[in-house]
Amino acid sequence: MSRKVLIIGETRDGVLRNVTFEAIAAAKTVSNGGEIIGLICGESGLNPLAEQMIHFGADRSIVVEHSKLETYTSEGFAQAVGRVIEQEKPEAIVMGHTAIGKDLTPKLAARFETGLISDVTELEEGGDNVVFTRPIYSGKAFEKKIITDGILFVTIRPNNISALDKDTSRTGDVTAIDVEIGDLRTVITDIIKKTADGVDLSEAKVIVAGGRGVKSKEGFDPLYELAEVLGGAVGASRGACDADYCDYSLQIGQTGKVVTPDLYIACGISGAIQHLAGMSNSKVIVGINKDPEANIFNIADYGIVGDLFEVIPQLIEEIKQVKVNA
Amino acid sequence: MNIYVLLKRTFDTEEKINIQQGRIDEDGAEFIINPYDEYAVEEAINQRDQHGGEVTVITIGEEDSEKQLRTALAMGADKAVLINTEDDLEAGDQFTTARILEAYFEDKQPDLILAGNVAIDEASGQVGPRLAERLGISYVTTITKLDIDGESVHIERDVEGDVEKVDTQLPLLVTCQQGLNEPRYPSLPGIMKAKKKPLEELEIDDLDLDEDDVEPKTKTIEVFLPPEKAAGRILDGEVNDQVKELVTLLRTEAKVL
Repeated sequence: MSRKVLIIGETRDGVLRNVTFEAIAAAKTVSNGGEIIGLICGESGLNPLAEQMIHFGADRSIVVEHSKLETYTSEGFAQAVGRVIEQEKPEAIVMGHTAIGKDLTPKLAARFETGLISDVTELEEGGDNVVFTRPIYSGKAFEKKIITDGILFVTIRPNNISALDKDTSRTGDVTAIDVEIGDLRTVITDIIKKTADGVDLSEAKVIVAGGRGVKSKEGFDPLYELAEVLGGAVGASRGACDADYCDYSLQIGQTGKVVTPDLYIACGISGAIQHLAGMSNSKVIVGINKDPEANIFNIADYGIVGDLFEVIPQLIEEIKQVKVNA
Repeated sequence: MNIYVLLKRTFDTEEKINIQQGRIDEDGAEFIINPYDEYAVEEAINQRDQHGGEVTVITIGEEDSEKQLRTALAMGADKAVLINTEDDLEAGDQFTTARILEAYFEDKQPDLILAGNVAIDEASGQVGPRLAERLGISYVTTITKLDIDGESVHIERDVEGDVEKVDTQLPLLVTCQQGLNEPRYPSLPGIMKAKKKPLEELEIDDLDLDEDDVEPKTKTIEVFLPPEKAAGRILDGEVNDQVKELVTLLRTEAKVL
């Protein structure tokens, strides 16, 4: 059975997020040959982004431009996306499981009285249905789910489903839809940027995380430097956050963020079960810890037993060296 | 103010997960209030102490959930409601839960509803926003600060590490993020008092719902554990040699550099 699929695209600082391309790849499986429609909402100038969604596999794209869509609000975006859903009547909807995806999709699911399977890491065709795999208990276990009634509505976790190759020769229609947006009860008055380089933990390919062993706020400096050299983001264990070495927004674990980067470097993290739940599905794990008995070494692919303040500066130099030679 | 908290009973974060006959094995497991819902209970109590009113804590579940409701009452909530679905529902999903709560709130006048931003078990984070949509009220997710001034509400929320400042109005539903507050432990007098506080038990029948009204839209067909990770390699030698070997392995074997 083929399905018409709508992708709710998402931008960050004016560019499409990678998870949007991953959502298009997921939509290929869900569509089973049906039409794939990219959607992008914002203030203005969205056509190049709509074209880009076509280059990454959408058959055509829709843009909704409105002054009230300059920054994301659930009310504004739900009106815009809701209008497109009413008009296009898709049989499936895919979006990234990001801050915006988590905020917007349950509202739409409630409005259209549909199911919603969030945080999908894998999907496969299964007879007349599509089977979606998602982590539960922060990755201590997984479940396979199907939608039994109505639209197949899913959000996908960043970094888990590979985007299709970009093909700039692909063409398709880009249409604009006018939407009336009423007064918004909720307004954003300010955004304070705390993530300096804009690499978000959930989308980072490399994460350098620190625990109690980092010992202080300043102790995180070499971790930031290592993350920068690797083009990654910095995370932390609950212990480090509780000790006030860093902000709670960096916390990885069963409370905090669940991440699946290509490379996870755990520095001075013992590896409590709650922390492991948040990162053990990373592709490659490196543990650096003074204590050879630390639990982190049970799940690390590579371990260095040693003082992180001695190891990390050398690691930074070695990686710089390799990058120069390459 | 009429303040409500949506609470879920979950596995303790210390628990290992085992699977028995295709289901998560709950035998002998410790249960707690979902940690994010604890922030919601704490915030509800603080807001009531500032602005007056009453805090009602609601959960949907089975008889066993009474324990977590009593804990919330011992922290300082005024009333608790258990919507017991044990005899009526075999399975449910977020649609089911939101639909039941919608029916519960039909004859209520909530000013503020608080929930955790996510439950640590199923981690869907859907029920709060779904309920707000059905009730026709605004919602703000992952909040880290809440100031209420008359009908106006000033909020700070965590958006992937950045802080977003939001102005909105009551009535409102919020979901709570770590950093919002430091949940208190129940005091001994609190625990004694909690035993006498009202705990109402309802079934979906009492909310004029039957099984068909709340039939889930999704179904879990399999639960499984991730493959065990093989123990890794502890490198040896001088730190300098270990670092060199690590970088080589990351490039040639793991291919992540």
